[in-house]
Amino acid sequence: MNIYEEDILDHYESPSNYGTLENPDISYEEDNPLCGDQIRMDLKVEDGVITDLRFCGHGCTISQAAASMLTEEIKGQRLDEVKRLSKDDILEMLGIPLGPVRLKCGLLALKVLKAGAYGLKGWPGEEDEETK
Amino acid sequence: MYAHPMNNAPTLNEFDVEAIRNDFSILKQENDLPLIYLDSAATSQTPDCVIEAMDGYYRTYNSNIHRGIYRISEEATAKYEEARQRIGRLINARRSSQIVFTRNTTESINLVAYSWGSANLREGDEILVTVMEHHSNLLPWQLLSQRTGAKVRFIEITDEGVLQLDGLERLLTDRTKLIAMTHVSNVLGTINPVQQLAAAAHAVGAKVLIDGAQSVPHFDVDVQGLDCDFLAFSGHKMCGPTGIGVLYGKSDLLEEMPPFLGGGSMIRSVQRESSTYADVPAKFEAGTPAIAEAIGLAAAVDYLNKVGLEAIFVHEHELLEYAHQKLSEIEGITIYGPKPRQKTGAITFNLEGIHPHDIAGILDTVGVAVRAGHHCAQPLMQKFGVIATVRASFYLYNKLEEIDSLSEGLLKAQRILTRRRR
Repeated sequence: MNIYEEDILDHYESPSNYGTLENPDISYEEDNPLCGDQIRMDLKVEDGVITDLRFCGHGCTISQAAASMLTEEIKGQRLDEVKRLSKDDILEMLGIPLGPVRLKCGLLALKVLKAGAYGLKGWPGEEDEETK
Repeated sequence: MYAHPMNNAPTLNEFDVEAIRNDFSILKQENDLPLIYLDSAATSQTPDCVIEAMDGYYRTYNSNIHRGIYRISEEATAKYEEARQRIGRLINARRSSQIVFTRNTTESINLVAYSWGSANLREGDEILVTVMEHHSNLLPWQLLSQRTGAKVRFIEITDEGVLQLDGLERLLTDRTKLIAMTHVSNVLGTINPVQQLAAAAHAVGAKVLIDGAQSVPHFDVDVQGLDCDFLAFSGHKMCGPTGIGVLYGKSDLLEEMPPFLGGGSMIRSVQRESSTYADVPAKFEAGTPAIAEAIGLAAAVDYLNKVGLEAIFVHEHELLEYAHQKLSEIEGITIYGPKPRQKTGAITFNLEGIHPHDIAGILDTVGVAVRAGHHCAQPLMQKFGVIATVRASFYLYNKLEEIDSLSEGLLKAQRILTRRRR
């Protein structure tokens, strides 16, 4: 399985929902201090449903492709359903396994989304779990 | 004048890279892809003799040092202290008591910042660093500045990536109490004129700390010749294990410095309210140290001496010259830093329109291991106006063919990604 699958490269080359919105209901931006990748997410929310959204930013193929895939996935969904999206959902969208460093690239968009929508600031999948 | 380490170097024909590679089990692994390891500036590979030295400690004389009245503890103590001797000899320290074992370069620098810095600096004083410092030689001084009110000032670099020494007299004044500078940039490979700067610092009464993490592994560093007050370096970048580092200090400074960490081994006598401390270096080695790692580092020093640091330096330069030539042929490449002559084994670059992570990711698909990111040197990245770069770094076991693989991998990255976006 290759990180540089055609599907990922297609999203990188022509991302969906790229840009910004005028008067978004939610707008949030963050970068990954490890590599400087940056993503901003703008959302329009009506009656709890994401009616429109855009992302913009810069970074590696994985961070940008994951953001593009995520926007396709959640457009038209209820905002509270988005809260349930996890690390594994992103990996499923990307369709490739990621090592610990590239995982952060893949999860940046979801992190930005959750921080903007719910104020959840941590990395998805890194919630402080109790040791067993 | 600064003596370039290439002077008096032997000729290359004595250097048998295949024989050297044979000393490293990790390079002989049979996998789908070869291991083309071009990340020695982050951590070097470990020769079998170092692994065996540590293995020997754990298998035959594992025991705590210094106070055991039995055979294997005495053996461990002797080997640990012998390691100190051999490491002292490598950098031409006058006495082995000037060698303090730490975890790594970072801890060595923090030791100086907390112990010497807190005792000697106050508001109005200045610490001079360079823009090309690794964060480990910047953050300890920023923290010291917050504790004491002393100010951190910067020696700038030129666009070529060498220190801007015109106007140094405006920066280096009687307010300067310390110059803390890297001997070799971990990003650019630039070799800095530390001997010249040490003399200038001493002329205004400032002390000199040299970050030797990227110099001690690659060429002869002589603390008496450089006349530095402190030198910090790490074992794992010079064929040794992780978890062991060294702080060299001039004896009078080490003796007057207060302890850094308190605990066992660093005391003379302990009362309920206060204690007196052991002599250096024990004063700075609280708790059970990394015994196996110190012994492993001494084995690494022996290994480097056997191959010869001059020969290693010449070999790295051949790799570096070839890498510059080969990579310069690639369209859209930007190479940062000076010409090979002024640096040691690292080449840092970007390919136009491709994120450094993607470059490293595609190189990984052909077995080439490089580093991509800010290399713990964000002020330097800011100077060059980039967020990240790719760095390939070389050591004694690398060969010219590996640079061909690097170059082919970069062309592959361009084939896959350049036609895309932007």
